[in-house]
Amino acid sequence: MNWKTFFAMLARDAHVARRNAIQLLLQTFLQPLLFVFIFGRVMVGSGYMPAAYKSLLLPGIIAISMIFTGIWAVAMPLIAEFQWTREIEDRLLAPIDVAWIAIEKVIAGMLQAVVAGLMVIPLAWLVLRPGVDISIHAPLTFAVIIVLVATFSACGGLALGCSINQQHIGLMFGMVITPMIFFGCTYYPWSALKTFPILQKVVLINPLVYASEGLRATLVPQFPHLSITAVLVALLFFDVLLLVVGLRQFESKAVS
Amino acid sequence: MAVGVRTQDLRKVYSSSPPLGAAGGFVARADAKGGKQPKTQIPALDGLSLEILPGEIFGLLGPNGAGKSTTVGVLTTRVRPTSGQAWIGEHDVWEEQARVKHLIGVVPQRPNLDFSLTAREILIFHAAYFGIGSKLRNDRADELLEKFKLTERATQMVRGFSGGMMQRLSIARAMMHDPQVLFLDEPSAGLDPQTRILLWEIIREYHQAGRTVLLTTHNMEEADALCQRLAIIDHGHVIAQGTPVQLKASIPGGFLLRLRFGNRTADLLQRLQSLAGVREVRALDDTADGAGADVYADRGGSLIPEIATLAANSGADLSDVHISEPSLENLFLHHTGRSLRD
Repeated sequence: MNWKTFFAMLARDAHVARRNAIQLLLQTFLQPLLFVFIFGRVMVGSGYMPAAYKSLLLPGIIAISMIFTGIWAVAMPLIAEFQWTREIEDRLLAPIDVAWIAIEKVIAGMLQAVVAGLMVIPLAWLVLRPGVDISIHAPLTFAVIIVLVATFSACGGLALGCSINQQHIGLMFGMVITPMIFFGCTYYPWSALKTFPILQKVVLINPLVYASEGLRATLVPQFPHLSITAVLVALLFFDVLLLVVGLRQFESKAVS
Repeated sequence: MAVGVRTQDLRKVYSSSPPLGAAGGFVARADAKGGKQPKTQIPALDGLSLEILPGEIFGLLGPNGAGKSTTVGVLTTRVRPTSGQAWIGEHDVWEEQARVKHLIGVVPQRPNLDFSLTAREILIFHAAYFGIGSKLRNDRADELLEKFKLTERATQMVRGFSGGMMQRLSIARAMMHDPQVLFLDEPSAGLDPQTRILLWEIIREYHQAGRTVLLTTHNMEEADALCQRLAIIDHGHVIAQGTPVQLKASIPGGFLLRLRFGNRTADLLQRLQSLAGVREVRALDDTADGAGADVYADRGGSLIPEIATLAANSGADLSDVHISEPSLENLFLHHTGRSLRD
């Protein structure tokens, strides 16, 4: 394993992310913050939503920001670089095993997802305050869940980025990301679906459910949530699955 | 110590469309058993064996779709062969990929520069991927930017660069880690004549430093001017190999006279063959406006009066003559019946 090459590629991604920082920040935070403002401030302030909704909303917003950031950070460059600009060939010719190039992409995506997740907390708090009642009760569990969610987002980005054609990017957002967010228990707890028993079972195939519920369990345990064990097992399962699929797709794209 | 390149019996069949730059080959349809749709099988390499000696400039000459880019792809770990083996020096390309990638530099047919970086950053990061220390990579980047006349644009993003500038930067990048073997896939395609000459000089200079260079081209002048040895490939295999001089000498006679007649008479070809200095006569397919023949001969213009007389005597009505001197184009035509430009 050639660590010098690996870290040089990470340095390249960090350099590019720094250069595009403002664009990245806007595309990551604008939508969640608008959502927080409308639902957390306007709807609650006008009495259509109970005040407790503010706290319930925050973990879901963190999950969305992380997932969106990780998928975007890994998938979009891969789609463009494999199919159009061929930029990635420079790294494919670097003296390192091809799978490590994919793993580097995943690590870079994870780091961005973690930064996005941690940044959204103070930002949302600023928009929502007063009346947000969150605290990190179990820091270790919280950290593990953050890492698992970041891994899921970056591995998802790898699998999608190596499977989707450039002309289907719009479809990817419309058909995959949007339903995932709305059926991902981001704006409501999973238990709220109990009046729709079939839907409540079906959404369990959506990994975002475990991300939102896991963050809810560690940040606002006063609300109903899935058990932490179920969340950890499910997230781990999706991480491994998407990594395996992603690596396989990456290698088939990298070598013809 | 210079490093050679070797391939043995390489075969490659693409079952989906081949990657850009390696497109081509001849399309054959093999019906998959019980399959819903016939699967398109595109054979690109068909038993290609090559030996490129350490420290030589070797050219792969062939028309589009001959398998040149696929050969480069296999040798540079980008295309997995269906069967056969390839070595860079002593290292099997598909067994020791990381080691092989250390030894090679690749200039692709289509620029694949990192659009998120500036020209200088592209060189610096490339060197960093190869584990080159900070001081050395900065010095080398400045040196190569100067050599390729890119110093003024060094801090600009490459997105707005012209084709020629991108090509120069691609070559500079491939040289950053000082590879033992430099691959250039159609390096002068789309370059203006001035830049092409600069490129040739740079390739020669790199070769003089003891490096091996493998380039592909469908430009005969380039192959003739630059390469010490050549392999002419078509339909994925080598049809002739040697120095440009050897190859040209191997064409029967050397001169090619392409003749057209208003009509073909029975003994015309035999009578052409009997002329002094004629080595080989080939009939071309008849067309609506007459018949044609390719005559390979030791001499060119001086044969014309005799051919004209002969044609007049046999009533064949000579309508067009084209003479070409010994060239790689003629060699290709002789082996395949097609022009390199087709």
